[in-house]
Order: sequence, then structure tokens, then C-alpha cells
Amino acid sequence: MKLLSAAIALTIGLAIVSLFIGASDVSLSTLLSGQDRAVQVLLASRIPRTLALMLAGSSMAIAGMIMQMLVRNRFVEPSTAGTVESASMGLLVATLVAPGMPVFGKMLVAALFALAGTALFLRILRQVKMRDVLIVPLIGIMFSGVISAITTFFAYRFDLLQSLLAWTTGDFSGVLRGRYELLWIGFVLTIFAYIAADRFTVAGMGRDFTVNLGVNYRRVVSLGLGIVSLGTAVVVVTVGMIPFLGLIVPNVVSIMFGDNMRKSVPWVAVMGASFVLLCDIVGRVIRQPYEIPIGVVVGVVGSGIFLYLLLRRRANVA
Amino acid sequence: MLGILAVLALAACAAFMVLGAKGQWSFILTFRGTKLAALLLVAYAVAVSTVLFQTVTNNRILTPSVMGFDSLYALIQTCLIVFLGSREVSSFDPQLRFLLEVTVMVVFSGFLFRWLFTGGERSIHLLVLVGIIFGIFFRSLSTFMQRVLDPNEFAVLQDMLFASFNTIDKTLLGLSAVIVLGVSLIGLRMLHTFDVLALGRANAINLGLNYRRTVSIILVLIAVLVSVSTALVGPVTFFGLLVVSLAHLLMGSGKHRYLLPASILLAIICLVGGQVILERIFAFDTALSIVIEFLGGIVFIILILRGAAR
Repeated sequence: MKLLSAAIALTIGLAIVSLFIGASDVSLSTLLSGQDRAVQVLLASRIPRTLALMLAGSSMAIAGMIMQMLVRNRFVEPSTAGTVESASMGLLVATLVAPGMPVFGKMLVAALFALAGTALFLRILRQVKMRDVLIVPLIGIMFSGVISAITTFFAYRFDLLQSLLAWTTGDFSGVLRGRYELLWIGFVLTIFAYIAADRFTVAGMGRDFTVNLGVNYRRVVSLGLGIVSLGTAVVVVTVGMIPFLGLIVPNVVSIMFGDNMRKSVPWVAVMGASFVLLCDIVGRVIRQPYEIPIGVVVGVVGSGIFLYLLLRRRANVA
Repeated sequence: MLGILAVLALAACAAFMVLGAKGQWSFILTFRGTKLAALLLVAYAVAVSTVLFQTVTNNRILTPSVMGFDSLYALIQTCLIVFLGSREVSSFDPQLRFLLEVTVMVVFSGFLFRWLFTGGERSIHLLVLVGIIFGIFFRSLSTFMQRVLDPNEFAVLQDMLFASFNTIDKTLLGLSAVIVLGVSLIGLRMLHTFDVLALGRANAINLGLNYRRTVSIILVLIAVLVSVSTALVGPVTFFGLLVVSLAHLLMGSGKHRYLLPASILLAIICLVGGQVILERIFAFDTALSIVIEFLGGIVFIILILRGAAR
């Protein structure tokens, strides 16, 4: 508990740092001297951005953890299982069919697509006879590739390739007051995940075990898929894709604290938030006053850590 | 079978040269001829490198691009611009630069893949996964550097990375052809070892093959071929996989004497024929890679599902 408080304090520290970084001069002195502009920037841009970072970070990390529990595989997350790609396909379809649709409607369409895509992935997995741990993410990555090829095809035909690129690169620079509030849905989902944590832990032990304990396995899986799809859709629609986040954070937490989900949900949420905050700060500082989209920063850091996890695992097994 | 494929390949080339041609023949023939030459060269390089890679790794679902080979090439290009600056780089003779890039690529990928492939038996799934993640890592790293780059420099880099079939450097084409020819000659002399290698590491060593040395040479050849094709047209991830899987299906034999020509011909048919269909029927130009990505991804999943990945 003490440790968790320290982690929360660290996250808050990062959030405060994140508030005071940027092109426009916002500092304690400008705020105290009552400059309208500084206050305005803080309220309209900085606070929403920091909140969006924390919310998106924790929702993606939680989505990754639930997914790993359901598939019973450590190397799966929404972007290696076709969920993210399906969500952006839904976003494209919504944009093509009903361009005037409000963001909330688009998000629902994206969530439906994400749900369908993930369900399809699970179906394919059921066909696989070889139960090698590594084959699951492999199929997932290929499956994502196929879905994104279809999406790219239509985006190409309808001249939306650039918009597609903009959606799929996670980027918080466009976050302003009024443009991020959907992410609070992610917060609600996190609470749901916490409430249902014990059930997910049980489901993570396998179907037979779950049924033996008298838990409705199907319902738990559906609930999990719902949380994952909705969470992913919300993040993709508002800020774009943040690769590897759902993979790294739950893995690190699991190495540190084991697989009891009730215990790890708060950790995953907090560490997801601080990881994203940190990457965003790096992206903003490296080339001031310009910034590097967070999707790119996380891509570098995340794939590096993932490689480490893979090869480390080999050392353990071999 | 090979005869039929050869006829089809020729037909595709003829269609590419002739269909929908309006205007002066001398112009059309040289213009399309250059494009066709590039397509042929790429088809050849991709097919051969994939077959060899699958032989070396003794696995049917690997291709150099799945292992992140061509994103490595893009990364090297990016590094050149970032660390030397575009003026320095473009003041090089393009042919010299090309040679330099290929050399760096060969050395670097040589280290990487020797480390991955010659360090004893490893789970093939781990290798593929590591390869894919390496690919993502290299790509993210290039994107990262490109974001930090000055916009003018970036424009130069983009030109270098997105060379399409429509803007092919003729001098580079000649040089690539020479390089590919050289590689092919070396490969031809080793042709008999390929079938032995395909029996697997232990058998190959038992049969008296200098395993490490042969594999290292072949990896170098592959690196050269991949650099050439990537330099000419940019990355095409699943193309090789698609073609070689088809070749296996059609020939029903793993002998390189049949497998190699079949793959090459199929690559020509797919690439040239696909380009004809896209240009003449759908009237859009660069989406071939998307179609290939789609079909290749599906083939890959099917291969895994059928357990060809052992």
C-alpha cells in the first residue's frame, strides 16, 4: 500500500511537470501574476491534455491486461490482436457513410467494429491446434495486418489516407477542452474492471477451472471483450493508437506483483498513466517548441522493452 | 509446369509493354521498358532472397521482410541523412552511395541474423516474433528520427525512401542489375548446397557442409538482394511469402532446381501482371502493395493454421 501511494505520488509529480511544458509560457510566476493568457492556456489546453494522457494510458493498459487474462497469453494486447485496427476501420466506415455523425456515434461504430474484430480473432485462435505461446501474438499481428490492409485500401480509394494516418498515430497535441471528455468512459471502464477483477482472475485460470468454480465463463469473457473494445475505441477515436502500452505495463506489473487482478488493477492503471505521461514529456522536450507524437515515442520505447521481454523469456526457458 | 509459368510471365510482360499504348512507340518502349526492367529485377530479387532465407532458416513462413530486413534498410537511409546531412549525402555519386548503403546493410544485418540464426536451435515462433518486433522497432526509430529532422532534409529523405516504379533512377537500375547478376553467379555456384541446407542444420553438418560459413555467405547474398529491391521500390512485406508459398504448392517439390525458377516466374507474373491490372483496369497506381499485404497476410495465417510453421 505504501508502495502504491508512492507510485501515485510519482504520477502526480509527472502530471504537474506535464502541465508546465509547452510552447506557450505557463509557469507558476505567470499564473500568480494573474496573466489571463497563461490561465487560459492552462485551463483550455494543458489540464485537458494531462488528464487525457492519464486516462488514455490507464485505459489502454487495463485493456491489455484484461485481454491477456482472457486469451491466457502474456504477449497479446489490443494492437496485436486486431482490436485497434478494427476500431480504426470502424472509424473509417463511419466517416465514409455518415460524415456528419457526432463523435459519440463514431465511437460507438468503432467500438462495434473492435468487438467484431476481436471476436473474430478469438474464433481464429480456437482453430489453432498448436498451443505455442508465441503463435497467438503472431497470428494477432498478421490478422491486424490484414485488417489494416483492407482499411488502407478503402482509405486510398476515397482519398482518406492522410486522415487515417492522423488517426492511427497517437498524438495528444490536438487535445483541448471539449475534445477529450469521452476518455472519461475509459475511467468508468477501469472501475468496472476493478469490480469484476476477481472474475477475470478466475477466467485467467482457464475455462474448466472457471466453470468448476461456478462462474459463468461466457459472461465473463463477454464483459471483458466489451471493456477492451469500448476502451480501445474511445482511445483510438480521441487520440489515436498507442502501441505496446497494453503489453508492457501489465507484463511489468505481473513480474513485480503476480497475477491477482484485484491487486494489480490499480498498479496497471497508475503505471499506464505515468508511462504515457513520461513518453509525452520526452516527445515534447526533445525538439522544443515542436513535438514528436507520443505514438512514435512509445513505438520506439515499447518495441525495445517488448524485445527485451521476449528474449529474457528465452533465457528463462532455455 | 515451368513452361506454362514462363509463357504466362512473358505474356504479362508483353501486356505491360503494349496494352493501352497511345503515341510514339519509341518513347513508350523506353519509358515502359525501364519500368519493366525494374519490376523484373525486383521480382527476381524478392523471389530468390525469400527462397534462400527459407532454406537457411529451414522454415516456410519466414521472409527477409517479415524479419524486419527492409525496415532496417529504411533506418540506415534515415541515419545517413540525420548524421551526415542531405548535402553531404547527395554530393556523393548516387551509385557510390548505393554501394555504401548496401555495404552497411550487409554488415549490420549480417551481425544481427548471425546472432539470431546460428546460436543453436531456437523456437521458430520466437524468431518470427522477434523479427516482426525488430521491424516495428526499426520503423519507429526511423519515424522518430524523421520527426526530429529539418523539413528540407526530410523532403530529401522521403524521396530516397519512397522511390516508386514511376521514378526510377536509370543509373541505379544498371548498377542493381550488375549487383544482382554477381550475386546470382555466386548463388549458382552454391546451388548444390541449397538442397543440402534444406535438410536442416544437423543433417547438413553430417553431410560435410561447412554450415556456419555457407549460412553466412547466403545471409550476405540475401542482404544484398533485399537492399537492391528495397532501394528500387521500397518495402513489400508479404510479396515473397506469397510467391514462394504458391511455388511450393504448384511444384510440389522442395528441390531448388525447380523451386527457384518457379518462384521467380511467379513473382514476375504477380508483380508485372498485377501492375497491368491495376494500371489498366482499376486505373490506380501504387495500391499493388496494399493488395499484396492483404493476400500475403491471409496466406500467412493459413500457413500457421495448417501448422506449416514447424
